[in-house]
Amino acid sequence: MLLEIDDVTKTYAGASRPVLRGVSLTLAAGQTLALTGESGSGKSTLLHLAGALDRFDGGEIHLSGQPLSGLDDAGRAALRRSHVALVFQQFNLIPSLSVAQNLAFHARLAGRPDRDWIARLTERLGLAELTLRYPEQLSGGQQQRVAIGRALAARPALLLADEPTGNLDETASTAVMDLMLELVRESGTALFLVTHSQAIARRLDRHLHLAGGRVV
Amino acid sequence: MRRAALLALWSHWRRHPLQLATLLAGLALATALWSAVQAINAEARASYARAAAQIGAGGLDRLEAPGGPIPLARYVALRRAGWQLSPVLEGSWRLGERRLRVAGIEPLSHPPLPAFAALAEDATALPQMIAAGGLLLAAPDLAADLATALHEMPGRPQVRASDQVPPGLVLTDIGVAARLLGRPDQIDRMLILPDQPIGLAPLSALAPDLQRLPGRAGSDTARLTDSFHLNLTAFGLLSFAVGLFIVHGTVGLAFEQRRAMIRTLRALGLPMRLLTGLMLAEVMALALLGGLVGLGLGYLVAAALLPDVAATLRGLYGAPVAGGLTLRPAWIGSGLAMALAGTLAASLHALWRAARMPILAAPGLQAWAERAARASRLQALAGLGLIAAGLGALWLIEGLIGGFALLAGLMLGAALLLPPALAALLRLGRRRARGVVAEWLWADMRAQLPGIGLALMALLLALATNIGVGTMVKSFRQTFTGWLDQRLISELYVTATDDDQGAEIARWLAPRVQAVLPIRSVDFTPGGAAAGQTVTVYGVVDDRSYRDHWPLLQTAPRAWDRVMAGEAVFINEQLARRVGIGPGDSLTLAPNWQLPIAGVYSDYGNPTGQAIVAMPSLLAHASAVPNRRFGLRLPAAEVPVLAEALRQRFDLPASALIDNAALKAQSLAIFDKTFVVTGALNLLTLGVAGFAILTSLLTLWSLRLPQIAPVWALGLTRSQLARLEIGRSLLLAALTALLALPLGLLLAWALLAVINVQAFGWQLPMALFPLDWLRLFALALLAAGLAAALPARRLYRLPPSDLLKVFANAR
Repeated sequence: MLLEIDDVTKTYAGASRPVLRGVSLTLAAGQTLALTGESGSGKSTLLHLAGALDRFDGGEIHLSGQPLSGLDDAGRAALRRSHVALVFQQFNLIPSLSVAQNLAFHARLAGRPDRDWIARLTERLGLAELTLRYPEQLSGGQQQRVAIGRALAARPALLLADEPTGNLDETASTAVMDLMLELVRESGTALFLVTHSQAIARRLDRHLHLAGGRVV
Repeated sequence: MRRAALLALWSHWRRHPLQLATLLAGLALATALWSAVQAINAEARASYARAAAQIGAGGLDRLEAPGGPIPLARYVALRRAGWQLSPVLEGSWRLGERRLRVAGIEPLSHPPLPAFAALAEDATALPQMIAAGGLLLAAPDLAADLATALHEMPGRPQVRASDQVPPGLVLTDIGVAARLLGRPDQIDRMLILPDQPIGLAPLSALAPDLQRLPGRAGSDTARLTDSFHLNLTAFGLLSFAVGLFIVHGTVGLAFEQRRAMIRTLRALGLPMRLLTGLMLAEVMALALLGGLVGLGLGYLVAAALLPDVAATLRGLYGAPVAGGLTLRPAWIGSGLAMALAGTLAASLHALWRAARMPILAAPGLQAWAERAARASRLQALAGLGLIAAGLGALWLIEGLIGGFALLAGLMLGAALLLPPALAALLRLGRRRARGVVAEWLWADMRAQLPGIGLALMALLLALATNIGVGTMVKSFRQTFTGWLDQRLISELYVTATDDDQGAEIARWLAPRVQAVLPIRSVDFTPGGAAAGQTVTVYGVVDDRSYRDHWPLLQTAPRAWDRVMAGEAVFINEQLARRVGIGPGDSLTLAPNWQLPIAGVYSDYGNPTGQAIVAMPSLLAHASAVPNRRFGLRLPAAEVPVLAEALRQRFDLPASALIDNAALKAQSLAIFDKTFVVTGALNLLTLGVAGFAILTSLLTLWSLRLPQIAPVWALGLTRSQLARLEIGRSLLLAALTALLALPLGLLLAWALLAVINVQAFGWQLPMALFPLDWLRLFALALLAAGLAAALPARRLYRLPPSDLLKVFANAR
């Protein structure tokens, strides 16, 4: 199993009650999973914990067989570099780097720069004409396509996507989702996607709902 | 409506307390250094005015003898002829190690003096003053020393402390002064009192050999020290400008961060004019608060620096300046006015942009950086224009003002050119970078330039000033040391208690040393081109030592032969530059004494004109030239034995004998003390620049997170990112320091070749001190490293949940 989340709990400092109360789920390699839930239900928190971005209070998470609870800061960073890729609602590209440099950034950090694969991704994402531009010179849809390209360029085992189309209009949203799912399947990457949209959730292999800090 | 809007505006500062603290600190630092310099200047000028009021009676015409002192009998004769005159005798007097100025006046005829007015209620004071023993008036600290020192003196005068007497001056009756100075029956000048009887024979007929000189509006000291105070003011202004860089950066960022709020307020119906007025009032209120804190700090800085400045002014100009500081309302007023005006100037651009902002434009912090980048080209052009204007000013405007215009043009122009120059260097670095993190780092530094550019400009100015002023001071010291070696040619210097003892010492020494070189001088008031100058004329005997060592800058053929034959004169550089004369011209020392100039010699540290003639010529043209000081040539090894023999034979105090090495050490100690204040201001300016970097990094913190968080999420640790933050700051500081080096050297050249000549009357060769540059480079890196350490530590300790907020919140 690529990702195993087992009875994980999490309470933010200063919060009166836990945001996650014993969540468990699994995700196999190459599988796609949608997680829906109300605002504040803990969807993004669970995604961040799965990506080794934050620490949990109880339970355990295994990523590629490795338990996350025992990892220090450097170990978690290494895991993110090599196994995980992220796509966020705000795109979160690096503003000082060009589109081409953003696309190759994560793959180079992971030590897996594959020029041909990145060129193919660039072509498939319709970014070939935009490689010399900077993020601030792109539309929202274009920026999100760059973010997806950056994530997949590293051929990660797991792609975590947090409301990747939340900032886009319906047309752009559909186009970006189509591309992402197509490329995820093509690269054999597992996808853990957080969304509000039932329509998007239905397009994935599995669909879970989070409420009151538990998977229901 | 106003209250609601103000509350909304103020909420920004409540949410960003660090930004508020930065703004206030920038304002306080700018005001502090400026007002400290102003306090020092005001205190010094007040001291000069007090000194002038005490002894100058400056508005009155005076009678002086071109050749030196006037016999007392001449004064008596003129009084008998009906002229209302008041005699003055002045001179230098040694009290142990201290050199004091004694001013003797005739209390009954002299115009009222503040110190005497204070004694008016004491019926015993005046009789005491003109009684046999006499009364000495001095500033409190000196009065205490005088009372102790004179305790065992037979027929000693009484000593009284008076706040009205300038430091270093002893004010007394002319008879007592004559006794202390060993100059009986002599006076230096006569003041011509305003009310004269009608029908007097003209002075030109009664005393054709005396010169009637017009009264002077200001004091000589004030004029002499003008350039020094101008230098200090320029330093204060530079520090002020560096502080304002902080204010400009912080206010600019605060306005950018409030763009959305400003739009909302306008959308809710608040008129733009009212909003602009409120923002202006808010900025001015902060300026007032920062200015008040700055004044307090400035007072402390001034109080700490004033004793050194007073020592400098005494050493360089013999100017009497008290070491204590008085709080003056004008100083408080001008300090606050500068804080308000400076803040307004630093905020005007941000206010103007906010006032012109359309209601519906999309908010975005990134727009700030973009606009700044677009402005970079214009900025570079403005920088080049300022440098050209500075060079033009030097060409068009003569004097110190032209020199300072050149400095201002060079410094501000270079500061404006810094961001484009750094951008070019960073572009180059990025092209050569290997590895993805290095590439990102170079690109990221370039993207940060608009935000941190102002702080780096402040660092550039501080470093260049340090290099420039440091090079100037060290070049001066090196030249001064060499000059001392040339000028202090005697192995031992001896000072007799009076002329008789002087003659006896000279006779006793003649068979015991290789040469006895009398040091005799008298002040002349020349005519011709040098009219209005006071020139101290030294007589020298013909000795090989002078010909071999004297530091001549320019000479005419057979210069020494002609001077020693009484056919020519040497003058010092100050006199040559001030009057515009040199070899080939002539100097009229007295109506019947005109000599061609055979050479010009360097004479550092001396504010007045000086000339050298053959001893027989001097004695032929001036009466009563003191003969108490001698330079002795002898093998260095014999100095201690001879000094001891002299001490025992003539019962001389230890201070009457000083060997060459001690004199050089004393001179260098005075020199070093002179530049203590410059060093302190240098260090403070660098400190402010370091603080500017810190404040920039802290205020940019909120902008940094969205740029750093994705890199962290993609697999760099917080400790790696924190190290990179420090590296980024160090690299930018290093590049700035490299660019500051040529600017600093240019500044040093301008100080040595332009400002020094105008301010002090001497030009110095420029020397280079690479070790100092390395030290400064290390200091700049340390300042940048320390400035980056706090934000880096913050980043290192930042909880992941805070970094994750970047991905959750719209920014």
